[in-house]
Amino acid sequence: MRKRTATVTSSKAEHRVSLPVVSPADRAASRSARRLPNLRSKLRRLHKKLRLRTKLELVVLIGPALLLFVGFVLVPVGLAAYHSFYDWNGYSYVTRYVGLRNYGEALETSVFRGAVLHNLILAGLALIFQLPLSIATAFLLNRKLRGQTFLRLIAFAPYVLSEATTAVVWMLMLQTPNGFVNSVLKSLGLGGLIHDWLGSVDMVLYTMFAVITWKYIGFGIILFLAGLQGIPTDLEEAAALDGASTAQSVRHVTLPLLGPTVRIWIFLSIIGSFQLFDIVYIMTSGGPGHASETMVTYLISEGIDNTRFGYGSAVAVLLFMFCFVFALIYQRFALRRDTAGALTGMVT
Amino acid sequence: MVATTPPQALRLLHKPPRRPRRPRLSLGTPISYLAAVLVVGITLVPILYVVIGGFRTSAQINSSPAGLPHPWVLSNYTNVLTSSSFWHFVGNSVFIAVVSTGLAVVLGAMAAFALARYAFRGREFFFALFMIGLLFPAGVAVLPLYLLLRQIGLLENLLGVAIPEAAFALPITIFILRPFLRAVPGELEDAAVVDGASRLGFFRRILLPLSRPAITTVAILAFVTSWNSYLLPLVVFTNPQHYTLPLGVWSFQSTHSVNTAIVLAFAALSMVPALAFFMLAERRIVGGLTGALKG
Repeated sequence: MRKRTATVTSSKAEHRVSLPVVSPADRAASRSARRLPNLRSKLRRLHKKLRLRTKLELVVLIGPALLLFVGFVLVPVGLAAYHSFYDWNGYSYVTRYVGLRNYGEALETSVFRGAVLHNLILAGLALIFQLPLSIATAFLLNRKLRGQTFLRLIAFAPYVLSEATTAVVWMLMLQTPNGFVNSVLKSLGLGGLIHDWLGSVDMVLYTMFAVITWKYIGFGIILFLAGLQGIPTDLEEAAALDGASTAQSVRHVTLPLLGPTVRIWIFLSIIGSFQLFDIVYIMTSGGPGHASETMVTYLISEGIDNTRFGYGSAVAVLLFMFCFVFALIYQRFALRRDTAGALTGMVT
Repeated sequence: MVATTPPQALRLLHKPPRRPRRPRLSLGTPISYLAAVLVVGITLVPILYVVIGGFRTSAQINSSPAGLPHPWVLSNYTNVLTSSSFWHFVGNSVFIAVVSTGLAVVLGAMAAFALARYAFRGREFFFALFMIGLLFPAGVAVLPLYLLLRQIGLLENLLGVAIPEAAFALPITIFILRPFLRAVPGELEDAAVVDGASRLGFFRRILLPLSRPAITTVAILAFVTSWNSYLLPLVVFTNPQHYTLPLGVWSFQSTHSVNTAIVLAFAALSMVPALAFFMLAERRIVGGLTGALKG
């Protein structure tokens, strides 16, 4: 009997089937022992019905999402993994099994290695520049300033623009020799800073980083703003009462409480850096001379443009493995403390 | 914040006048404003460049890239606005974004509810399965997806983009919603059940309204992602009739590359829907991420 109730109410607190739970105490207190068997079988039947119902509910709730997800995400990805072992152009019937050769080729090609390096550089730059910048801006926008709403709108605006529009606009602005950026630099007397922003092998990756920062910083700001607003003002007030300066209270109260948000941001940012595609592809297609190649631009240009579907798939699998390994490690060491996610921290 | 302790309840009842906030910050304020001006400047300049550039002629732009319109020209904008292709692009983008957001939010919320508030074997497995999706860029799956869509006849079909996009939006939707749904205290569910609600009734009548802010957030994310997506439409559509706005901007740029001014006008107009939508929704995003259970 107890065992069975235990399976319903399970160990976790969130599972609450609110049967009139018959605890031993209740039992002893309420009814005479003779009426119990009747109640017990009733309960059992009810319980059975409930379990069936629960199962049905689960199927109805998860089924459609699972179907969609498996059909349009997992199966294609699985197919990509499968095709990565073949030399295939994606259209013909003829497929030639090549084992791990596609992987070997990718790992040995300097272009792919370069792409991986570029992704890592971009991820590192994001940590160094975007993280402090978005936290600082979030602090700023969290203050009572005149025109605060307007400021927020402006700061977030690039985030909602499409990558294609962003890329086209920046392409036009960065034109050489006579684009907007260069001519502004010239008129400010900073002619020495004029560059062939997208055409120079040394420059192009950093130009990309600047554009990406412009585009995506808004997301970080939104995230940190939400995190800041989730921190009860009482805490800062208490710190102030105890004589903490603003700087101290920020450093010892606010920032630690932002921890979960920071960790989530880092996770999303690194994964995002690995998966960078649209802007780079439109602005430079990975050029000049592969100087701005990223893993995804490489896989698209090999897989689609060169119709080396099998090889492109191998690159895709490698990309996925990088992300996956990173996610596992990060989950293990950083996120575990708040697996519930940064967003729950703000709710409770 | 639901468990209102008596003093808090009192405070809510009496609503004391708000203390003026921290006058001691006065020194920081000018710096804040300076920083604010910087942020606004950096963000705004490219947008202004595009919008204002649309009012110039290409000759003006070529002779002085950073100048102001002289004279102001309306023809670029009117040309774009009267072209049917622009409105085609907008219509396609709206359709795809609405369908994929609707699918992702409805199905994602249902799944998140099950994964948050039911205990069953394999729950964590299913959750992890969805989370794997966070690690795939669309690029990984795009060619097999193309083959799949060709197989089921969804190429050159708006649904051929909308449905996969919904599928790709599911992981982040569930990722954000699950903790939210989980955080709603069990007492509420108990109370609902005592009052005769089924679990699904509790979900629909109580949990969903309570988590509306989170749902809004998720919906906006899905919408923006779909609205902006480039790669999948690029692969699925070859007929410009089906192009979405991002594809449209790109193809317009490549066909009119000599006429910078009209490209700028096109880009400016392509920003309008996203920005307008965002202005309407901005307060809800940030408010939504935080104020979850106060209502």
